[in-house]
Amino acid sequence: MRALRILLEKEFRQIFRNPAILRLMFMMPTIQLLLLPLAADYEVKQVKVCVVDFDRSSYSQRLVHKVTSTDYFQLVDYTDSYDKALRYVESDEADVVLQIPEGFEKHLVKENEVTVFMALNAINGVKANLGGAYLRTIINDFNGEVRVEWLQPHGMNAQPVIGVEAINWYNPLMNYKIYMVPGILVILVTMVGGFLSALNIVKEKEAGTIEQINVTPIHKYQFVLGKLIPFWVLGLVILTIGLIISWLAYGIVPVGSLLTIYIFAAVYLLAVLGMGLGVSTLANNQQQAMLLSFFLMMIFILLGGLYTSIDSMPRWAQVFTWFNPVTYFIEVMRMVVLKGSSLFDIRWHIAIVFLMAIVLNGFAVFNYRKRS
Amino acid sequence: MTSAIQVDRISKRFSSGKEGITALKDITFNVAKGELFGLVGPDGAGKTTLFRILTTLMLADSGTASVEGFDVVKDFKEIRKRVGYMPGKFSLYPDLSVAENLAFFATLFNTSLKENYELVKAIYQQIEPFEKRKAGALSGGMKQKLALSCALIHRPSVLFLDEPTTGVDAVSRKEFWELLRGLQDAGISILVSTPYMDEASLCDRVALMQEGKIMDINSPKGITENFGKPLYAVRNSNMYELMQRLKTHPAVESCYPFGQHHHVVFKNSTLSEEEIRSLIAPLAGAFEVRRIEASIEDSFMKLMHQ
Repeated sequence: MRALRILLEKEFRQIFRNPAILRLMFMMPTIQLLLLPLAADYEVKQVKVCVVDFDRSSYSQRLVHKVTSTDYFQLVDYTDSYDKALRYVESDEADVVLQIPEGFEKHLVKENEVTVFMALNAINGVKANLGGAYLRTIINDFNGEVRVEWLQPHGMNAQPVIGVEAINWYNPLMNYKIYMVPGILVILVTMVGGFLSALNIVKEKEAGTIEQINVTPIHKYQFVLGKLIPFWVLGLVILTIGLIISWLAYGIVPVGSLLTIYIFAAVYLLAVLGMGLGVSTLANNQQQAMLLSFFLMMIFILLGGLYTSIDSMPRWAQVFTWFNPVTYFIEVMRMVVLKGSSLFDIRWHIAIVFLMAIVLNGFAVFNYRKRS
Repeated sequence: MTSAIQVDRISKRFSSGKEGITALKDITFNVAKGELFGLVGPDGAGKTTLFRILTTLMLADSGTASVEGFDVVKDFKEIRKRVGYMPGKFSLYPDLSVAENLAFFATLFNTSLKENYELVKAIYQQIEPFEKRKAGALSGGMKQKLALSCALIHRPSVLFLDEPTTGVDAVSRKEFWELLRGLQDAGISILVSTPYMDEASLCDRVALMQEGKIMDINSPKGITENFGKPLYAVRNSNMYELMQRLKTHPAVESCYPFGQHHHVVFKNSTLSEEEIRSLIAPLAGAFEVRRIEASIEDSFMKLMHQ
């Protein structure tokens, strides 16, 4: 016990004597939490649309007016040349071209059917997709409006129209910040835990101090615990800072209990630190450790469901996310913060991440040898 | 009575590239209890590898070794309680103070500075005024003293010192060897390595190492006595030309630069000083020659070329 205590004492002394690390630890969550959620906004606004109107009728006018009256679309030009419109797309001045054919009004009235043409600039996939979807919705709306107008005057038997109203449960205003901030907080905790623990042990390897410790009679588990505990505490401190910032800056107060978040985070940090320790047993110097950690982090974060929905990933990537601890924490954070899930609701998440912690730490302890 | 250190046909290879490097080849020697034993050899002779095997940090490919009667493989836990190891590279925490480093290692060995103050007193007193200073900010000599204090803090019975004086100034080196003598008096067996031949003469016995092999084990006196042939130191005003001429002379067995002189051994060891003078005279203008006692370095040079 005395040995473990002095190991911890030494570790904390070293951390507090390294002002750069301390500063980074407090600045990283603050800056990331203040900046990233603002940038990570999926709402596409200001889609630049160019309308090619070969009809120039009152109906086509009405359609164009309907499109441009929302703040999702910005009219670039209203023209009668498709080539001109394409040139706008080429020079990146327009994202979408809407072409209204000749005889639009005539066909609509006489034949009850007409086709409009949409061309999307797919270089920015998200913008093209969403822009196209918005435009389709507006055209459908227009379609409905027109039909209702025609049918109403004929009397009683009004054509039934099915309207859809959606309610966004747990995030009524679809505020992306509420959705992103808990996820970004997870990334922060993961980075601090994963990087710092990996670099710390490798630093001892580089300085040769690990050999001085290896020739002493202390046990492997004492050494590993002496490294785990300080970064476990740091991880929880970062989480606390992050929760305070998301409350102060975004007014996000978890619907669920804070205790649930901390219990899961405590288990989760064990897994992340285990990974960091594992990396440090594989790497011989800080550069290797840094690159290896970076590689793992990139994969875990990009395939963690923060930026892209896991449901839209290919099958193999979905299978991978089952083994990705980041996925579970992001899910748990969103469940507890937005929905108010209880410990019972996340019991499987805890069990799985706990299993990961055992496997990762087991690997680290097994791979850390006091001799070569 | 068992010896402090027993090494029996230890070999170690490192696989690098196609061939790999033989770091140690059939090393066998004994260090008696209370002895100050020196491993002398240039960089790359395998001294550090041997230390790492004996301090249970590395496994040998073949052969056996024991420290204080404990096998380095089976009983490594016992050995770790009983030995002090000071690696060649300074390996204490530079961001911890002198006192903190010492307290840290003392606690890991389940002891304290107070308990073993008597043993480290002579060394620690010299760095005590800088107790609060960070270890990284100490001078080279001070660092060595702190490292030695940390290696001694748990009163080990065997002390392993890997090149403790490399990169340390001449005065500190001399002091350091005096400290080692003091530790020897306290009953500690010491295995010390050094690339400096002049330090070898301060050991009780030395092993001369070269390319993973031990060339000779003897007392420093025994080693120089084994040199065999008379040795001459020669100098003149054009040392470079003199060297060329001596080397190609049929009567000269070996000739190598040594400080301000060339050391020369002749094939015929019965030559008188007069005969040697007349032999060198045609090769050099004004010159100086005198017979000298062989040093350990001379013995090393001789063994190396055999």
